Amino acid sequence: MKTLAELAAIREKTKKNIVLREESDENTRVVVGMATCGIAAGARPVLAAFIDEINKRGLKNITVTQTGCIGVCRLEPIVEVYEPGKEKVTYVKMDADKVAKIVTDHLVNHRPVVEYTIEDALK
Amino acid sequence: MKELSLHILDIAQNSVKAGATEIKILVDEQPAENALRIVIEDNGSGMDKAFLERVTDPFTTTRTTRKVGLGIPLFKQAAELTGGKFEITSEVGVGTKVTAQFVYDSIDRMPLGDMPFTITTLLGSKPGIEWIYEHKYGKNTFTFSSREIIRQIGDIDYNQPEIVEWIAQYISEQLQNLYGEV
Repeated sequence: MKTLAELAAIREKTKKNIVLREESDENTRVVVGMATCGIAAGARPVLAAFIDEINKRGLKNITVTQTGCIGVCRLEPIVEVYEPGKEKVTYVKMDADKVAKIVTDHLVNHRPVVEYTIEDALK
Repeated sequence: MKELSLHILDIAQNSVKAGATEIKILVDEQPAENALRIVIEDNGSGMDKAFLERVTDPFTTTRTTRKVGLGIPLFKQAAELTGGKFEITSEVGVGTKVTAQFVYDSIDRMPLGDMPFTITTLLGSKPGIEWIYEHKYGKNTFTFSSREIIRQIGDIDYNQPEIVEWIAQYISEQLQNLYGEV
């Protein structure tokens, strides 16, 4: 059984990362749209897949947060990636299968996956 | 929505937006009585009578990005499809309580789905909210309280992937216990 002591240990470990991050100012944010439209379209498994992939690869300096309706409900689930010093990248019609590619290509290698972006979808 | 847990996620977001500082989620499964009850209760801003009367209408919303709000109508429909009931009570300045009652064995009752990830998603939605998640199955009860976590180990960042994963696994372990699968 899991105990809260384990959680305390994880927190200590992530705290160190947070300090490092603040110093290096290299925090990447992954933001998932989580309003009715996003949830109905499958945003929660997408968020879960990001958590899973980031943990599997042991990536640091990345937080996964949520926002409300972004306003283009027909393209949900929508995910925005904010890398420091770069333009925001908006991914649309997301599913759990697309997440792995975004994590490896974009979050690890800093090359956005153009074919999943809103620009590509609206072409 | 494909799962009741997604409705819970969606409806509890309303509580977050209503500025609640304490949000309680109850999932009460009583197969012997053929009943499943979901209650989401908050101490947020509440709604006045006029808004409350219109709130199950899809063309009522507080959102500004468009003019329809489907969260509550969809949840109501999910309950009523099973032959169950749906009720919202609210008072301005006090809070809101949403109760959905389902017929447990109805073929139209959606599965409960992934409660652990609904809870971790809610925990990460906005800092500073006290979450209480109580889940009953027959005579067994499991309670998850964010205040209890703070009391025992202090404040934590619910947007850290490692922490999210740990809490989801913790809740899922506790639910397995609750269902007596361990």
